[in-house]
Amino acid sequence: MELLVTIAKTVLYVAAVFGVTLLHVAYATYFERKVIGRMQGRIGPVEVGFRGLLQPFADMVKSLFKEDIIPAAADRTLFFLAPVIVVASVMTSLAVIPFFNNGAIANLNVGVLFIFAMASLAVYGIIVAGWSSNSKYSFFGSIRSAAQVISYEIAMGISLAGVFLMAGSVNLNDIVLAQREQPLGMFAVLQIVGFVVFVISAFAETNRTPFDLPEAETELVAGYLTEYSGFRYALFFLAEYISMYIMAALIALCYLGGWALPGFVTRALPFLEQVPGIIWFLIKVYAFMFFYFWVRATLPRYRFDQLMAIGWKILIPVSVVNIVITAFVKRWLM
Amino acid sequence: MEPVGVAGTETRKELTLNMGPQHPATHGVLRLTLDLDGETVIRCTPHVGYLHRGIEKLAETRTYQGVMPLTDRLDYVASVANNVGYCLAVERLFGIEAPDRAKYLRTIAFEMSRISSHLLWLATHALDIGAMTVFLYCFREREWLLDIFETICGARLTVSYPRIGGVLQDMEPAVLESLEAFTRMFPEKILEYETLIDKNRIWLQRTQGVGVISAKDAVRWGLTGPTLRGSGVSYDLRRDVPYDAYDRVQFEVPIGNKGDVYDRYRCRMEELRQSNRIIQQCIAALPEGDILASDAPELDMPISGKKELVPEMSLGNASLAFGDRVSVAPKGEIYSAVEVPKGELGFYLMSDGTGNPCRMRVRSPSYVHAGALAKMCEGGFIADVIAVIGSIDIVMGECDR
Repeated sequence: MELLVTIAKTVLYVAAVFGVTLLHVAYATYFERKVIGRMQGRIGPVEVGFRGLLQPFADMVKSLFKEDIIPAAADRTLFFLAPVIVVASVMTSLAVIPFFNNGAIANLNVGVLFIFAMASLAVYGIIVAGWSSNSKYSFFGSIRSAAQVISYEIAMGISLAGVFLMAGSVNLNDIVLAQREQPLGMFAVLQIVGFVVFVISAFAETNRTPFDLPEAETELVAGYLTEYSGFRYALFFLAEYISMYIMAALIALCYLGGWALPGFVTRALPFLEQVPGIIWFLIKVYAFMFFYFWVRATLPRYRFDQLMAIGWKILIPVSVVNIVITAFVKRWLM
Repeated sequence: MEPVGVAGTETRKELTLNMGPQHPATHGVLRLTLDLDGETVIRCTPHVGYLHRGIEKLAETRTYQGVMPLTDRLDYVASVANNVGYCLAVERLFGIEAPDRAKYLRTIAFEMSRISSHLLWLATHALDIGAMTVFLYCFREREWLLDIFETICGARLTVSYPRIGGVLQDMEPAVLESLEAFTRMFPEKILEYETLIDKNRIWLQRTQGVGVISAKDAVRWGLTGPTLRGSGVSYDLRRDVPYDAYDRVQFEVPIGNKGDVYDRYRCRMEELRQSNRIIQQCIAALPEGDILASDAPELDMPISGKKELVPEMSLGNASLAFGDRVSVAPKGEIYSAVEVPKGELGFYLMSDGTGNPCRMRVRSPSYVHAGALAKMCEGGFIADVIAVIGSIDIVMGECDR
């Protein structure tokens, strides 16, 4: 009986987390369109619902009702499977993210590594999508994507190693708790180098401007998405936005103090302690989402060779130097 | 997917990628076949003709004035420039001289179309390289110019505003005021575009040293306009063979030196400022007077011979029969060129004395530039091909005619 209650509780919590996340994803598209619209002297969606608030649902319904087109030359099984692999592996990463203290579905001791593993798994979906479409544009897009994600994952992992050294743990919950005694209550101050490397890699990891080469619209039409339409296309987009949230959440957790406020703020204004931690967490996540959109409205796109050069020649060496220095400081000076 | 080498047989390393005619970055219906080694372009072969409408042949069946709307459809983003180019060819052929006011009005409209064409170029070029905000900024200003065109003659894109020997109608003072307000505001807006991309590291890395063509090669390939000037050759028909009011205004011809995508970009950005200057000077110096030459012949009616309706069989088959063709225009032939936003647009016209051009041939810059794509893209990456297509500012309506 007790076991059943535990299972039921877990299932309900999982459903709640996924449901809420999907809602956030829906409104991330709305947020993006509004923010970029403002920056470009437009107004964004206004027609569906009050101030266009129902636009995400209209888009969803539209993509659901579209004709499901599968290219004649495509490998049907893999073509079906690709979006599922991508969405499933990206959504699984949500399980280890603590939205507040001990708020993760699964408080894994290797939380960060689990997220990296799932991100790598999603690349398979992209490669399979490009390969099974049987189109040269899709093929190019997926090859680019695989190379890009693998290269930037290295830089990302190494830059996070600095945080692991500081926190003495790979558990996301412990990492947040370890930041309490830091200046400003966040690792972003002492780990500024790692932070910058991580932020740049996060853009590449999620295929966002200026590193949106795998789906570079003007070169490769839509990259690995070229042959996809309707709801399968929407699934890829869903995965992209969820992975943006996950990257934003990782940045909030590992570098910006997670759900906690900096110590001096809570000491000055003690009533802020009463606000649930998830509010601060979401504010930090959305601040980074806004940064994603801001960059998209501002920067042109890198070329593929330049992207690889940045990853291998700048970010990886810099992050390696960063962990060496962090390790030395940690061992002998602290 | 083509096999990239089968065990035991020959190994093929090249992949042929067909880019276009339906592709987001080929500016219409340009088609390129790229032979690729990885992401490197080994060979680039442009194919044209997907927008061929037979404009040159159609012109032979129209009256001289009736050809005008066809010229709108050459470079449809700068239709006034084509109209003026055609009018000048006819005027030079028949020895007509437009009155001063008409010349100034044509110059104003010409430069307006240059600005609107360059704005569209900048918008799409930046979008191709990934800077999407520039796209919307440019369209915002272009909208103002299109609105002015609409007030002048009722059309926004295919305007047919000039006439042989003048212009269709005068510009109202309100229009000129609006235009003046535009020229006062515009330099600031150019700075705004430049803030976003001019010194942007990504933009510089994407454009500098890409799609290089030397001055010698550029001349050999017959490039004209900003595409040629980016390579450092100072050649501008507005200055070298002045027409309309260009000999009465001050402007500079910006040139680059490296001949890469960035230099061509800089040339066009400078030209935006110069065009703005020309419009300002023209508005200030606009003389009073006629807008259509009094000696302009009646070229808008087909022929001055008699016309009669000959009923045949039934009303459905009634046809218009013309009397004998009478010579209404001088005979002769001429090649006349103007500096349109894309380069040198030449009209070769032949008159046999009737009301229709006997032959019309167009030398369009986009066609010549499309040919040079092969040279500029070789050895670059796929992404460079996109940057190069943007930098030669190609319009397929003009290329395919």
